[in-house]
Amino acid sequence: MLRAEGLKHRFGAISALDDVSFTVQPGQTLAVFGPNGAGKTTLLKVLAGLIQPQHGRAQVEGGRRAIGWIGHQPQLYGQLTVRENLRFWASLYDVSPSDDLLSRLGLDDHADRPVRALSRGLVQRVAIARALVHDPRVLLLDEPFTGLDRVAAESLRRLLGDVMKQGGASVLVTHNVEEGTELATDVAFMRAGRFVHFAPRAGRGSAQVAEEYRNAIA
Amino acid sequence: MRSPDLLRHAWAIASKDLLVELRSRTAILSVAVFVVLVLVVFNFGRDPTAVSNIDLAPSILWVTFTFAAILALNRAFQLELENQALEGLLLAPVDRGSIYLGKLIANLVFVATIECLGVPLVALFFNVPIIPHLGPLVATIALATVGFVAIGTLFSAMTVRTRFAELLLPVLLLPFMILPLSWAALATGRLLAGRPLSEITGWLNMLAVYDLVFVILAVLLFPATVNE
Repeated sequence: MLRAEGLKHRFGAISALDDVSFTVQPGQTLAVFGPNGAGKTTLLKVLAGLIQPQHGRAQVEGGRRAIGWIGHQPQLYGQLTVRENLRFWASLYDVSPSDDLLSRLGLDDHADRPVRALSRGLVQRVAIARALVHDPRVLLLDEPFTGLDRVAAESLRRLLGDVMKQGGASVLVTHNVEEGTELATDVAFMRAGRFVHFAPRAGRGSAQVAEEYRNAIA
Repeated sequence: MRSPDLLRHAWAIASKDLLVELRSRTAILSVAVFVVLVLVVFNFGRDPTAVSNIDLAPSILWVTFTFAAILALNRAFQLELENQALEGLLLAPVDRGSIYLGKLIANLVFVATIECLGVPLVALFFNVPIIPHLGPLVATIALATVGFVAIGTLFSAMTVRTRFAELLLPVLLLPFMILPLSWAALATGRLLAGRPLSEITGWLNMLAVYDLVFVILAVLLFPATVNE
C-alpha cells in the first residue's frame, strides 16, 4: 500500500533522509519517533509527493487521491466557516463532505462558525475532518496530537482505528513516544535522516518503547 | 487531467479566494483607498495649463492600476501561507495548472473591481470623455490587465516563500509590465483623443498576443515555482 525505497534527500549540508526503506501494508500503522530535525517531516512530505527525493522512490497505492494529511498546521482558511472549509477541500477531491464526519468529531455545533473564532483544539479537530473528508486509504500524520485536549485525542485515536480496520494504512511521526505507541503496529526510531530501529511493536508498551528510544537516540 | 476538471477545480479555488476576500475586505479596501488617494493627489497636483487632461489621463490611469495591481498580487499567495494551506492544495489530486488558473481568475476579479472604481474617478477628476469610447476602452483595459495579472500571479507564487516577497514581486514584475502598459497607455490616449479605432488595433493585437503567450507560459512554469 505504501512503499519507500532507498530514500535520500539533503538540504545543503544537512542529510534529511539517508537510505530510508520500508513498506506499510493495509491495516498497519508505522510510528516513526525521532528528535527535532531528525527528518520526520521530510519523510512524510516525500511520501506525500510534496518533495521529490534526490535518490530512491516513494509510492502510495492510489496516488494523491488516497492520501490524508494531518500536520502541525491545520491547512484551513480562518475567514471561512468549518462547513465552507470542508466543502472547499471536498470539492478538490470531487466528493461531498458528510455530516457524519462533523458529528464523529463533535463539530456539529461549530459547523457554521468561522475557523478563526475556534479554539486551538477545535481547529485541530477541523483539520482532522479536512484530512478525512475524502475517505483516504493512507494517512500521513505529523505530530497529530499537538494542541488536542484529551477528548479530541481520544476521538482521533478512534477515527484512526476505524481507518485501519477498514484496511487503511498510516505513517505517524512524532517526538512524543507516549502518544504514538498505542496506535502503532510497527515502530521506527529516526536519527539524522536514518532509521536506527525498525521493527513490529509486538506488544511493547509505551514505557518499553520510550526506554528503547532513549537508548537508540542517545 | 480533463479540461472540465481543470476548470472546475480552478473555479473552486477562485471562489474560495473571493469568499475569503469578501469576508475580510482588508485588501480590497486598502487598494480602493490607495486608488482614490493617488487620483486625488494627481488631480490637485497637476497644472492644467502645462499638459492637457487628454494627454495626462492615460498615464495616470495606468500608473494607478499598476500599483493597485501589485498591492493585490502581493496578497494572492499570502492567503495560502496562513496555516500552510498551500501544502493542502499541492497535496490535493488537482492539476497544478488549475491552482494557477484559480488564482489568476480571483486576481482578475479583484483588479477588475479596482479598475471599475478607477475609470469613473479618472473621468471625473480629469474631465475626459469615456462614455463614447467605453467599448474599446474596456477591451484595452481587459487585454492589458490579463497580461500583467497573468505574469504577476506567477511571480507572486514564486516570491511568496521568500523573505522579501513584497519587495521582490515589483522588482521582478515591473520589467514585464513595461510593454503591455506602454501599449495600453498609447491606446487609451488615442481613444480619449477621439482618434479612429483603426489607430489602436495594432496595440490591441499585440496585447492579445502578449496575453496568450504569458498565460500559456505561466501555466507551464507554475508547477516548478511551487514544488519544494
